[in-house]
This record gives sequence, structure tokens and C-alpha cells, in this order.
Amino acid sequence: MTTATPTIPAGTQATGKTTRVARVRKRLNSRTATLASIVIALVWTIPTFGLLVSSIRPENEIKTTGWWTFFTNPQFTLDNYQQVLFSTSSSSGQLASYFINSLAITIPSVLFPLAFASLAAYALAWINFKGRDWLYIAIFSLQIVPLQMALVPLLKFFSTGVTLGGVTLMPAWDLVDEQKFAQVWFAHTCFALPFAVFLLHNFISQLPKDLMEAARVDGATHPKIFRTIVLPLITPALAAFGIFQFLWVWNDLLVALIFAGGGDETAPLTVRLAQMAGTRGNEWQRLTAGAFVSIVVPLIVFLSLQRYFVRGLLAGSVKG
Amino acid sequence: MEFDFAEEQPKFLMLMYGLIAFVVVVGGLLLLLDVVPAWFARRREAQLIAASASGAPLPRRRKQREGLFALFFLLPTLLLLTIGLVVPAIRTTLLSFMNADSSGWVGLRNYGWMFSEGSIIRVLINTLVWVILVPLVATSFGLLYAVLVDKARFEAVAKSLIFLPMAISFVGATIIWKFVYAYRGDGQEQIGLLNQIVVGLGGEPKQWLLESPLNTFLLIVIMIWIQAGFAMVVLSAAIKAIPADIVEAARLDGVSPWQMFWQITMPSIRPALIVVVVTLSIATLKVFDIVRTATNGNYDTSVIANEMYNQAFRYQENGQGSALAVFLFVLVIPIVIYQIRNLRQQREG
Repeated sequence: MTTATPTIPAGTQATGKTTRVARVRKRLNSRTATLASIVIALVWTIPTFGLLVSSIRPENEIKTTGWWTFFTNPQFTLDNYQQVLFSTSSSSGQLASYFINSLAITIPSVLFPLAFASLAAYALAWINFKGRDWLYIAIFSLQIVPLQMALVPLLKFFSTGVTLGGVTLMPAWDLVDEQKFAQVWFAHTCFALPFAVFLLHNFISQLPKDLMEAARVDGATHPKIFRTIVLPLITPALAAFGIFQFLWVWNDLLVALIFAGGGDETAPLTVRLAQMAGTRGNEWQRLTAGAFVSIVVPLIVFLSLQRYFVRGLLAGSVKG
Repeated sequence: MEFDFAEEQPKFLMLMYGLIAFVVVVGGLLLLLDVVPAWFARRREAQLIAASASGAPLPRRRKQREGLFALFFLLPTLLLLTIGLVVPAIRTTLLSFMNADSSGWVGLRNYGWMFSEGSIIRVLINTLVWVILVPLVATSFGLLYAVLVDKARFEAVAKSLIFLPMAISFVGATIIWKFVYAYRGDGQEQIGLLNQIVVGLGGEPKQWLLESPLNTFLLIVIMIWIQAGFAMVVLSAAIKAIPADIVEAARLDGVSPWQMFWQITMPSIRPALIVVVVTLSIATLKVFDIVRTATNGNYDTSVIANEMYNQAFRYQENGQGSALAVFLFVLVIPIVIYQIRNLRQQREG
């Protein structure tokens, strides 16, 4: 393992202590460092690259030759995407339909926890009431409950409702087809809240105290402070959590499998892809194109908003 | 073969309902919070005026209103957390002491089953291997890479490359790697990169994902591939936060890069390192998508989360599934306690 700092400022040499041998060694060190980082970067990118290249090769080529032969014998087609997205035969992907499902699931599943958690985080940070700290700790520690702990009863809650001693407190939701989106939104919102409250509380509680007090003295009520002062100031935090939640929901398989079912009325891309990988594991022309269809949206979101994402990541993991 | 857009309309309608619900709930709540206090304020003003006019003592009421505000701000969150997380978690704990269709109590039988059934013991061992390997290797790679590219010329691009897999779904990542592991019969041209390399080195192509215990390690590679980016970003930020004067002083003392790493960098980023390992351990404990997409838990690759899904939702064994979920929760607790202790030490030290 070489662990050299690649750049050594000129100042070190100016002290005159560095001998020629040391300098050569340093340069070698920095060269192995560069080489090692390039190797890691290649290992990390080649699998995705291979998939991408394969997705634009004709079916026969994908199935009989390695994707690396593309560079000696380039054959280009968009048929795979056409097939996997729009063909209505059940053996192909029908991914366009699932793509819409993914969108319909993701958008409300991001908005709801965002709004509820920012309201809660504000109250926990700036409104004085009894037991505030305990409540925060309680919500905070809910983060560690694996969502597996909630799946069976929550599904039962949707399908049979709540009855206590023979009295129906809450009827079954009895949702069909696309109405099942509501279940998925509900589940995702619940599961996201502890982390969302924690992350936003980190930001909101660090706003300057003077600002809040000045606003209070001016006679602003809490809702007013929340809307006009806090919300604009925490936009970066909202963006950070929004991206997190977007990636999490878009990429989720478990919650969707259980609450959306497997049909093309509600199931998102991930569920469909997992099905295809299971039943048509060798139809690489569809799998490669399909995987890329599911990857492209989060990739765009991620690359364009990476700054916020990293900031949120650091706030969420290190400061806590 | 035509994609019919009209058939998709109900979905958009549903999405619109969802958005309308969002606007009504959130907007309504804010409006309520705005209107009601304003009304109270007006009434209080009127009272004050009336009181001062008649010379009676001024009515005082201020304290409780704060609490009322807080209640409304917190209401949606508390309601959802109770319905969606707290009550279900308690129920799951209870269900784990009941039989398959939750009609009778069976005591500890489900837990006994978990530790006596051969296939489940295998699942537990697999999970252990995952939890040991993923945090260790992913953090090492992340740290190594963060140190290597620190202050290098193309640092931002280099970091993005490693970080990118974090945006890809576990399902997508698994398909990417399944393609790397793809197999075609001996003598045919290989399409999977791994087999091509093996053949190129003079070996025989293998059905990688069918060979236990190798397949578990190959699945672990996928998780490491996804998570190394997370470790790298957090650790890189920690490295950059090391005070420049400490680094400079060490450099003037003629410290070698190796010593610099072990005596300056490592102690400085220890808190971040712990956070990364803890976060990755918890994430790995719950890993589900990778195993399900790659092998569906067959060929001795299953892990707890996957088995929990199969028991509860495929075999309708609610008791056994719940017991596995509870066990998963129990496994998370010591990790979190360790983390909290560390944080406390940090604050005191």
C-alpha cells in the first residue's frame, strides 16, 4: 500500500534538507500513487461502462461476443431500448409503463417527508415546550429501527384496517391498481421521517439565535418565522434531503415489492428489473438496456446536484 | 407493438391526487397555524382594551400557546411515526412469539427454529461474513483512494468516478455485476468480463454465482463497489479538515508520507472513520436487493433480510419472519451503542 501525498510544496525543498535520493523516492511514490488511483478508478468504472456499451449492441452480438469486441467491430443499434421501453409483448420489458410508476411513486414520497420533517424539525429546534429534548431523542433513535420491523404489521394495516375490541377504528384501505401508490407513499414517508427530522434539525438548530429572537420581538409568530425566515435559509438542507430521499425511493426494491405489488399498474422500475433478472437472466439485450433506463434518472439528478448531496451526507453522518 | 399513452392516464391522475393532497395538508396546516393565532391575538387585544377601559387586572396567558404551536408543527410527523413505525415495530415483536398466521402464542419456538434449522444458520453465517467484510474493505478502499487523490490534479473527477455507483440502485448494480460474472459454456466465446479474464489466463470458465461459498463473496464485491464511494467522500472531507499547520509542522520535521499517514492522518480522522464503519455495518446488515436480484437467496447466498422477506411474504410464515426481523434489530443495537459511546467520549475529550 503506497500512501504518498501526491503534491509536495516547493517549500520543502527550499529547506535544503531533501537529498536527491529522497526527491527521487518522493516522485516514485507519487507515481505509484497516481497509478494506484487510476487502477482503482478503472475497476470502479469498467463494469458500468461494459453495460452501457452492451446496451447499444445488437442482440446477437451481445449474446455471442464480449462487449470489448465492440471496439474492433462496432455495431450500433437502439433496438434494445425501443424493445425494452415500448414493446407491449409481455416478454419484453414494457419499461415505459414502469418508468411512469417510478415517477408517480417517487415525487410524493419525496415531498411529504420533506414538508412534515421540516415542520417538526423547526418545532424541535425553536419552540419551547416541555419534553422537547426527549421527543427529539425519541425520533432520532427511531432511525435505528430496521424497516423490516414494520413491514408485516403495516401491510396488515392497509389490508385489514384497525379493529380494537371489535370496534373498527380504521377501515381497510382496499386499494386497487394505481391507487396502491398511496400505500407506497405512506410507507416511504413514515420510514423517511426519523432521518429527515434528524438531518433538518441539524441545520435548523444552527441558525443564528439572534435572528429568531429579533423576529420574535418584532411580533412574528412561529408559522411566520418558519415560512419567511427559516425555509429560505435551509434550502440547501432541503435540497440535500430531497436528493437523498429521491435516490432512496427511486432505487428502493423492498418497500415497493411489498406495498406496490408486481403488476405494471404500480410496480416501479426496480421491481420489474429484478423480475427480469430472475426470469430472463440471459436476455442480456433487455437487461442491459433496462438497467440503463433505470440508472439514467438518478444519475442525472446526482450529477447535477452532487454538491448538495455531499453536503447532506457529511451533515448527516459526521456532525451527528 | 405500440405503447399506449392513454392507458397510463390513471397513474397521472393518481399522482395529481397525491400532489393535491400534499398541497391541501401542508398548505392547510400552515394556514391554520396562521389564522388561528391571529384570531387569538385579536381576541386578546380586545380583552386588553376592555380590561384597560374598565380598570380590571390585565388577563395574562402566554405560556401554553407555545406548546400548542409545537403540537401542530409536530402532529403529522408524530402521527405517521406512530402508525408507520412505532406500533408496527411493537406488533412485529409480539408476532415473533406467535405462529405462522398469528393465531396463537408459541413462546420462543420461532427463535429456537432460527438457531437450529441448518439453512437459517447458514443465513446467519452469511450475514456475519457480509457485516465483517463490507465495512472493512469498503472503508479501506475509500480511505486509500481519498488519500491517493487528495490534492491531485483531477481530484473532483476522480472522486465522482468512485462516487457514481452510489446513485445506481442496488438492482441496477447487481445487473451490472451479473453481466461481469456472466457465463457461457466451455469453448464458446465468453461475454462476461471475469470469465474472459480467467480464460485469457488459461483457466476454465465458471458459473460464478452457483458456486458456494465463492458466490457470497462475489455478491459482497457488489456492495463494496457501491459503498466505497460513501466512505471515500466522508473520509476525504475529514482529511481536508485536518488543520493545515499540523500537517505543515510535521512536514518541516521531515516526516515520511507513511509516518504522516499513521501518525497525523489516522488519529485526526478517527471519528469520521468510526462513523463510516458504523453506517456501513448497519446498511450491510439490512442488505436485501443484491441477494434477491442476483440469486434470490439460492445456492447458499441468502442473508437475514432476504430470508425475512421470504418467510413473511412468500411462505406466509409471519412468526418466523418477524423473529428474523427482531433479530436484525437486536444486531443493530450494539453497533449503535458503540457509536453513541464514541460520540460522548469525543464531546468530553
